[in-house]
Amino acid sequence: MGRTLFDKIWDNHVVYQEKDAAHGNPSLIYIDCHLIHEVTSPQAFAGLKQLGRKVRRPDLTFATMDHNVPTTNRSIPVIDSDSSIQMHTLRENCNEFGITLYDMLSPQQGIVHVIGPELGLTLPGMTIVCGDSHTSTHGAFGAFALGIGTSDVEHVLATQCLWMHKPKSLNIKFSGTISNRPGLSAKDIILSTIRQIGISGGIGSVIEYSGEGISTLSMDQRMTICNMSIEGGARAGLIAPDEVTFDYIRGRPFAPSGEKLEKMIEYWESFLTTDSETCHDKSVKMDLSRLVPQVSWGTNPSMVIDVTENIPYPEVFADGNVEEEKSAKRALEYMGLEPGMPITEINIDRVFIGSCTNARLEDLVDASRLLEGRTVSSRVNAMVVPGSQSVKRAAEEKGIDRIFKKAGFDWRESGCSMCLGMNPDVLAPKQRCASTSNRNFEGRQGFGGRTHLVSPIMAAAAAVEGKFVDVREWF
Amino acid sequence: MKYFKFICDKAIPLDIINVDTDQIIPKQFLKMVKKEGYGEFLFYNWRYQNDGTLLTDFVLNDKRYSGRRILLTRDNFGSGSSREHAVWALKDFGIIVLIAPSFADIFYNNCFKNGILPVKLKSQQVEFLFKNSENEEIVVDLDKQEVACCDQSFSFLINGFNKRMLMQGLDEIGLTLELESDIGEYESKRGIHSSA
Repeated sequence: MGRTLFDKIWDNHVVYQEKDAAHGNPSLIYIDCHLIHEVTSPQAFAGLKQLGRKVRRPDLTFATMDHNVPTTNRSIPVIDSDSSIQMHTLRENCNEFGITLYDMLSPQQGIVHVIGPELGLTLPGMTIVCGDSHTSTHGAFGAFALGIGTSDVEHVLATQCLWMHKPKSLNIKFSGTISNRPGLSAKDIILSTIRQIGISGGIGSVIEYSGEGISTLSMDQRMTICNMSIEGGARAGLIAPDEVTFDYIRGRPFAPSGEKLEKMIEYWESFLTTDSETCHDKSVKMDLSRLVPQVSWGTNPSMVIDVTENIPYPEVFADGNVEEEKSAKRALEYMGLEPGMPITEINIDRVFIGSCTNARLEDLVDASRLLEGRTVSSRVNAMVVPGSQSVKRAAEEKGIDRIFKKAGFDWRESGCSMCLGMNPDVLAPKQRCASTSNRNFEGRQGFGGRTHLVSPIMAAAAAVEGKFVDVREWF
Repeated sequence: MKYFKFICDKAIPLDIINVDTDQIIPKQFLKMVKKEGYGEFLFYNWRYQNDGTLLTDFVLNDKRYSGRRILLTRDNFGSGSSREHAVWALKDFGIIVLIAPSFADIFYNNCFKNGILPVKLKSQQVEFLFKNSENEEIVVDLDKQEVACCDQSFSFLINGFNKRMLMQGLDEIGLTLELESDIGEYESKRGIHSSA
């Protein structure tokens, strides 16, 4: 019988299979790489210490600081004492347990899901966990990567394993491509996908993204797709590795090299594929031929429309579902929007280009190209927060920082920043933001703040015009 | 307390779909390094106005429901961020049973690690409870996997592993450490698929 890509990774990592049905038959799954950060790890380390337990594999555990870090001048002390204590706690824990830490001032610091791939820690066929829901990002390499809670962080620290019940496999196959269609991005693909399957459409499943629409994407774009798998409710996202993946991996600091790497590539190439589409538990087809730039209008990532559309009427959006209709009404009220108005008529106050969804080099390059010779609208405050120090340096070498700054953007230090606003980068109540991040939940970017999720080029164009525009017209 | 077996109580009706963990516990409260003390911040933005005064129309502030330990809600509860702080906040507030048609995966897992039972019932059963739990008590029996209210009783599915964890309040890490030799053996036998 054929197996899916996910079946194969899973089977490779079963340490122990509970056979007593009364115990629910969970599998003990080995974890190849454990990424940690300052917000969801302190209680896990405290739990270990309380019982005198050790970290089983500090060599497979890597830490950074990203959620709390300020994105302004880092030579001055962190003023927020709670943030400072959390960062200090991570430093102490890494020190005590012998874990590699990319501290705030490290040249490798960055958002945990940006630095993992960059450092070559993320490789095909691996299992990767992190106390962060966007761990799904790493699935772009054909790794089974999932977000976990703090109790599970503690469990992995102590045992390098997790008890799991095998999720189902959902194949989303994309016909058509965004190649040679300027104005479209991977962000539009994933936003339109979540719009179709809904924010709970992936519950209990691992999504494998396949088809021409995926294989023609770069690694940075594939990471944007897998990153938002969790926004569709999925346990993880997966893309089968190919030449694009292997080219990305070559030369990365932690990746194998030379003959060893080539041997592994041979193995990955022959083994890490789904044998037949019929192996999946469920399949969905998406046609990209009519895709247009997407903008979210509501307070969850399925509340999305084409930039050419009007804000929907709740009853039309809900399509007969009473609960969804209530939720859409509530969303419109929170967002300060009227049904029927074109989304291009909404004025915005802020622009945020950043987050583990869209702050890699390609995202910044694409956005900067549109900004050459243009200026940010006088009523808009715009910022770019590179995903990592490496992205920032690479961008600066290309002169991209100068384009952003000349256009009127703030050019910041790397971190999660206004994706979740744990640091001082937040929206004021009722401020409206075009954001390249992943969640438009109430208050996500700041109490009362109003988030519209878009691609980096849509955000750049919105910054210039002070409202949403169909960026395809700019090419 | 990490175990749960049985409860008989009325429910707090939270009639909202897709409640995400950013609402359950907003980000400014994720900066603590302990597991306790989050209860007063539960649903902070829905419970309090900007100046800290209570928003009286939110169910958690409704005196009729005060002290109730069952939260009745709608589909996809706990979506979004993996923050276990959401579960710690519910627990600290006093909630020990959640009833909904569906839960987000990471949140659902986190519940069992903290002695909270998330019960999945069919939508029409949840609807029945919404109609009746205002004044009627709900009995939740984990051993029997049954929820009863008025003259109705509904059975629910739960995985045997999670059930045992809650019924016995087991230390999951301790349990896994008993398999240390299996883990060691796996590590020593890993083939080419292990790049680490």
